[in-house]
Amino acid sequence: MTHTFVGMPPFPTAARAALADTQLRHNLAHATATIRGKRARVVDEVENWEELRLAGAAVKDRALRGLDEHLVQLEESLTARGATVHWARDADEANQVVIEVAQRHGVDEVVKVKSMVTQEIGLNEALQAEGIAAWETDLAELIVQLGGDLPSHILVPAIHRNRAEIRDIFRRRMGEVGRAAPADLTDEPAVLAAAARAHLREKFLRARMAVSGANFAVADTGTLVVVESEGNGRMCLTLPEVLVSVVGIEKVVPSWAELDPLLRLLPRSSTGERMNPYTSTWSGVTPGDGPQEVHVVLLDNGRTRALADDVGRQALRCIRCSACLNVCPVYERVGGHAYGSVYPGPIGAILNPLLKGTGDPQTDSLPYASTLCGACFEACPVLIDIPEVLVHLRSKVVDGHREDRVPKPEAVAMKSAAWTFSRGGRLRLAERLTGVGVGVGRRLGASRWTSARDLPKAPPESFRAWWRRTDGRLDP
Amino acid sequence: MSARDDILGRVRSALAAVEPDPAPVTAPPGTRVADLVAHFAERVADYRATVVHCAAGDVAGTVAAALPAGARVVVPPGLPDDLRSALADVIVDDGLSADALDAMDAVVTCCRVAIAETGTIVLDHAPDQGRRAVTLVPDRHVCVVRADQVVADVADALAVLDPGRPLTWISGPSATSDIELDRVEGVHGPRVLHVIVVGEAG
Ligand code: SF4
Repeated sequence: MTHTFVGMPPFPTAARAALADTQLRHNLAHATATIRGKRARVVDEVENWEELRLAGAAVKDRALRGLDEHLVQLEESLTARGATVHWARDADEANQVVIEVAQRHGVDEVVKVKSMVTQEIGLNEALQAEGIAAWETDLAELIVQLGGDLPSHILVPAIHRNRAEIRDIFRRRMGEVGRAAPADLTDEPAVLAAAARAHLREKFLRARMAVSGANFAVADTGTLVVVESEGNGRMCLTLPEVLVSVVGIEKVVPSWAELDPLLRLLPRSSTGERMNPYTSTWSGVTPGDGPQEVHVVLLDNGRTRALADDVGRQALRCIRCSACLNVCPVYERVGGHAYGSVYPGPIGAILNPLLKGTGDPQTDSLPYASTLCGACFEACPVLIDIPEVLVHLRSKVVDGHREDRVPKPEAVAMKSAAWTFSRGGRLRLAERLTGVGVGVGRRLGASRWTSARDLPKAPPESFRAWWRRTDGRLDP
Repeated sequence: MSARDDILGRVRSALAAVEPDPAPVTAPPGTRVADLVAHFAERVADYRATVVHCAAGDVAGTVAAALPAGARVVVPPGLPDDLRSALADVIVDDGLSADALDAMDAVVTCCRVAIAETGTIVLDHAPDQGRRAVTLVPDRHVCVVRADQVVADVADALAVLDPGRPLTWISGPSATSDIELDRVEGVHGPRVLHVIVVGEAG
């Protein structure tokens, strides 16, 4: 079951294939429309939602602006509470820590809480190479793992699968790795969830080691926070003797009280709930309760590169709620796999180039995987101006091609787009001027770019206005 | 250079031109309602948990009524006597194995604080709530919430809670939306959450 994103084609190629898959498009349209509706209901009932977003963004900004001090404090508090802190520059170093802990305890399997960061570093594959099985325990992750598939959404990695496909995967594969699905398994979500409960319970009860990520790491108290729904997180964080948590350095929250806006923003933005069913917090080791050996791996893996980018730094505020995916017209149509990364959608289009740097054709294609409609910015609970960062990264990609003797006309256009899109106000102004601009273009004679392509008639309304009016549906 | 020093060095050079922000951020408060307890009960019920009210004198009978006949019940070692006396055959957790807990049908506990705005119960795993595993493995969780434990919002709860203790925030029974984003209650955590609110708002 070794599936990775390595070697994925650039976005346009991957997107074309995805667009041809009508089942995929149907599953995605259904799922994202559902979650958009849920989110809207619980966001609307919060009177001061905009102030809350500002507060959430401010907490994460404060964390990032003093990141060195907060990290040192986090290390101190964790150590004082009995945890062992490790630092990892990159994926290999982080994987190595987990492997060494597993080998020291002689375990050949670990149970895992859903975590983006362990996917980012390819932990399951690294463990597998050492003969250690990593069992995903989140229902959607289980579906992806059993299906030999790749995740396509931050919150619901199996969003591209419908219930009938899930039933088939469970029937076919559960028995090969543990307790088989019952023979009379139907495609009712409740029945499928019950099958997952039975399948995973034996793994939870016998597991000696667990691996998790963390949604937040509180510097002043040394507290890690995991936000979840199913209880698989609680199982992993409670029953095994040994727990290793891999935590990106941007997960730091300076103080305990500053969790407040984040714990209120995340569930409403993510699952569309006032609060998610379970949140676990723990600070190191608690004698007689839960794992008695606790490790925390603080991971860089490109985060300091992103931090050094004045415009891109804001992407590190991301709390992985996935609201930007659910509102994105591009994501809704092509799905998550086309982005070639565990971080898909609008946030993936900026986070991947920021973490990895530009220069690789696949990564360089991502900042173009957007219409710059701005829906992601409006949905983002921590006010990440994704369009601004996209445009900034486009100009970085273009700068990377300076040595090309003749600049591509698109590159020149993008330079001016960078100016236009870098402030929302200019974008809105430009939108209103689109009709005028196209008219002027016609009069001045076709440029090289337009001579190869028909210059379209200016549409009666802008994309942003159309999307707002129709929610992306073609039939009005 | 160690990975630690390397990473901290990279952070510092990335932030060379950035001023740190010393003042903690305060978020706007949540919704304030007159009747916190009623608001809490309504919000918990929204998650398809069972919520019942009772007077302080009736708590024992109400807890007993929340348990199906013949249920194997585990309780934490510090469950108050008035609750304990309501339950005939209970097993007191003294470090039961995960398998032993798996053989239990229900658990009865108290809580540390409850949040009205979000319908959340928070356990800090003091002796009247027990170890984390005790409220996780059995399929039915009966949780007694005193009216004076209900606070308005998340900020008020954070102020009461001790981050040095392990905490479990519970908002309804376990649930998943992983299949077509259709919400299904009941996955790995207790499939039934039965909340008993005792007394009136203070
Ligand atoms: S960028 Fe914003 S909206 Fe997107 S996942 Fe991150 S926090 Fe959520």
